[in-house]
Amino acid sequence: MTTRREFLVLACGAFATAAEAQLDPSQEALRRAAFREAVRKVTGGAPVSRGRVKLDLPPLIDNGNTVPLSVSVESPMTGADHVRAIHVFTEKNPQPNVLSGHLGPRAGRASLVTRVRIADTQTVTAIAQLSDGTFWSDSVHVVVTLSACLEDGLI
Amino acid sequence: MIFRFLLVLLALSTTTRAEIPLAERRSGYELMGRETRAMQDDDATNPGMLWVLDGETLWNRRDGASGVACAGCHGDARISMKGVAARYPAFDSSRGKPINLEQRINACRSERQKAAPLAYESRDLLAITAYVARQSRGRPIDITIDPRTKPFFDEGRNTFYRRQGQLNLACTQCHDDNWGKKLVGNAIPQAHPTGYPIYRLEWQGLGSLQRRLRNCFIGVRAEPYPYGAQEFVNLELYLMWRARGMALETPAVRP
Amino acid sequence: MARVVVNLPATAKRGEIIEIKTLAAHPMETGFRHTQLGELVPRDIITRFVCIYNGVEIFSAELYPAIAANPLITFSTVAAESGMLEFRWTGDNGYAVTQSAPITVV
Repeated sequence: MTTRREFLVLACGAFATAAEAQLDPSQEALRRAAFREAVRKVTGGAPVSRGRVKLDLPPLIDNGNTVPLSVSVESPMTGADHVRAIHVFTEKNPQPNVLSGHLGPRAGRASLVTRVRIADTQTVTAIAQLSDGTFWSDSVHVVVTLSACLEDGLI
Repeated sequence: MIFRFLLVLLALSTTTRAEIPLAERRSGYELMGRETRAMQDDDATNPGMLWVLDGETLWNRRDGASGVACAGCHGDARISMKGVAARYPAFDSSRGKPINLEQRINACRSERQKAAPLAYESRDLLAITAYVARQSRGRPIDITIDPRTKPFFDEGRNTFYRRQGQLNLACTQCHDDNWGKKLVGNAIPQAHPTGYPIYRLEWQGLGSLQRRLRNCFIGVRAEPYPYGAQEFVNLELYLMWRARGMALETPAVRP
Repeated sequence: MARVVVNLPATAKRGEIIEIKTLAAHPMETGFRHTQLGELVPRDIITRFVCIYNGVEIFSAELYPAIAANPLITFSTVAAESGMLEFRWTGDNGYAVTQSAPITVV
């Protein structure tokens, strides 16, 4: 006889298999290639160094539809030394670009906050373009789960 | 005299079964990540405020054959609507049954403004409901059951405890017995309606308690009642009573 | 009811860095979803956001489908002088919304 707890675990299992959004390996490979291409478009192939950029995302996400994201870059933001742009990318979303923000010395502070969609557990990358032509980056790995009790479009 | 009072008290006695002790009740807010809570706390970043502000515009707009706005009778909502949402669903004498806030707004529209009622989950109805409920933010939910509302309350409570759907699950099994544990990666909340209408991240929009309840029914593969069904209003009444004393958070953000 | 909300201080000291929070009501339809009948739901997103301070563009952003519905964009600027900040959102299907906010710099 199934106990109530066992029954709930079985029911969860049914949800999980039905609702899982696993990418097949070939799809994943295509999207990773698109991600690399999108980065190359921004950097022109120039080297990207880790550092100076701080990308903040919750490591375990409440809902992949709306994920708070903030990026900040260490920079005096003067005319001679400032952040020109901040680009955010994903490696597994259907499209790699997320946001491109264009700043300058008038920003005062190189920081941006928004909310993004993360399709699956993956790494999100932020790349900052500085006024001296160099590129700096930070990456965060995030785990995405799905909500229970979905809608099924019955509205 | 005392005997009759005791009889009434017995009839009204409402606590039993697997109910969460009052002191152990927690809002779904506490189960969310730090960043999602921050989204709710800051009016400048809470997407529900987009509807609240729309609601403010609608509150002041003349409508219907009467040509009167909500403000025409109710004045400044910040004063007149304070505490109102915390008392709903409330008994409506003319209808002889409890009605929820959306139904109260539509009753005002059709009876006083002589305007067409707004469709459930329409942007306008959600906006006015959110605006009105926002005026009760921070206030404790204030529901007491009396002889008039008791039969409806009992019906709502029975729905909460009744197994239903293909999964044959009752609300209480998750929300009284297993709250805090994970279901498909999300923590199961105690299911207190402390912030409706809510901005639900899953919907990417604002929605009513009935919309959320329909999601639950679909979740256990049960046929959901249509919007406005008395069964839903009765369940709302039970849920708000179950959350009595907890602070209203409208517009809340939830996963 | 096209709706955007802009939050920034009404007054600031000269040279102070102020934070500006903006919200726009928009579904940000990705163009990757399908209806239950298998039809593709066409893309409908905000594609660009610009902030202009007394006629000078001080911040802009390109938005992609990965930006969540009802987009929040928070950024900063130096309170340089009193005047007007103008915020513009443009996107698919001719979407164009403008909002202005005054600032007094002391």
